[in-house]
Amino acid sequence: MENLLNIFVKSIFIDNMVFAFFLGMCSFLAVSKTVKTSIGLGVAVVFVLLITTPVNFLVEKYVLRKGALIWLGDGFADLDLSFLTFMVFIAVIAAMVQLVEMVVEKFSPSLYNSLGIFLPLIAVNCAILGAALFMQQREYENVAEATVFGVGSGIGWMLAIISIAAIREKMRYSNVPAPLKGLGITFILTGLMAIAFMGFMGIKL
Amino acid sequence: MSINEKEPWFSAKNLKLLTAPLNKDNPITVQVLGICSALAVTVKLKPAIVMALSVTIVTAVSNAVIAAMRQYIPDRIRIIVQLVVIATMVILVDQFLKAFVFDVSKQLSVFVGLIITNCILMGRLEAFAMANKPWPSFIDGLGNGAGYGFILVVVAFIRELLGSGTIYGYPVMQKIGVYDSGYINNGMIILPPMALILVGLIIWFQRSRNRELIEK
Repeated sequence: MENLLNIFVKSIFIDNMVFAFFLGMCSFLAVSKTVKTSIGLGVAVVFVLLITTPVNFLVEKYVLRKGALIWLGDGFADLDLSFLTFMVFIAVIAAMVQLVEMVVEKFSPSLYNSLGIFLPLIAVNCAILGAALFMQQREYENVAEATVFGVGSGIGWMLAIISIAAIREKMRYSNVPAPLKGLGITFILTGLMAIAFMGFMGIKL
Repeated sequence: MSINEKEPWFSAKNLKLLTAPLNKDNPITVQVLGICSALAVTVKLKPAIVMALSVTIVTAVSNAVIAAMRQYIPDRIRIIVQLVVIATMVILVDQFLKAFVFDVSKQLSVFVGLIITNCILMGRLEAFAMANKPWPSFIDGLGNGAGYGFILVVVAFIRELLGSGTIYGYPVMQKIGVYDSGYINNGMIILPPMALILVGLIIWFQRSRNRELIEK
């Protein structure tokens, strides 16, 4: 339990997807104009990470890793499919996003309408593939750890986009130099927030 | 121009495709594409250059491939087809880097894989390659890769020079001898947040030169 909590807190604050690794920056900058839309996108990202990270973990453990296919018989013991990682991960993510979209549309039309265009876009959000690749690189031991890491990263991302959107809403009333308006000031703001987030570094539970 | 008459390979139109992304149509500072990886690999010049080359190659080749297939791709499944083409190219690049420049490949870690979801690729495929012939698409890919690489190299140059006092591993600051007069490297600039702020400043500089890029 303690270990899981540690991974959770670490993935939200210390290894924050946006502030420490710059993942998902494209949608982070493009969608963070209002708080409302960024909450929608944030929820969608958490949702997709919750599903794709454990699935990718299982795929990695039972199909891709060297010797992972041993359950098919002894002849497969030496097979190493890890060079296919990228292709399989992105296929899993795209397929899961499609699946999630269909399920949500069927069972909860209201949620589907509020997520709207964001769901399909998430397939190409670097934060999702990034989480899968980090999960592989950090060698989490079981599904629970991978899931907690996925959800934590998603929440960290959501936290970042909502707070930057809130600041940008307020920024409308400030007198920003014309060439810095929009994109430029958002970059600098994100940088300053990242510096603030560095204060969390070194926290261990 | 008759159909049989071939357009020259480097016509004015194609050359413009190559040069526009370097400044007025820059993928990072104007189109806001591909920022994810741009910032994380810019601590040192070497990984930045390797990354810029990889992205340029992947963008150019997958642009050309998709442009060649564009009439046969069903509209509904085009994203998955694009992803497969991109993923194949990225796997090739990744295996190549692992084989020939292993230390750089280690430094880039997951960011080589993340070229797949680099928005420059999807953005250019959707916006350009799906509607144009292979050769112009190839040029467009080269141009956008170069525009991306340009920003990467500028940021990496500043960060390496001020942060570590070296340029491409060569200890410039030490050779000049500024350390003797009390100069110390700025540790702050190596940290991730400074990459964001530097890009912000580059955007500021670029937009104050090109007033038409200013957002309302």
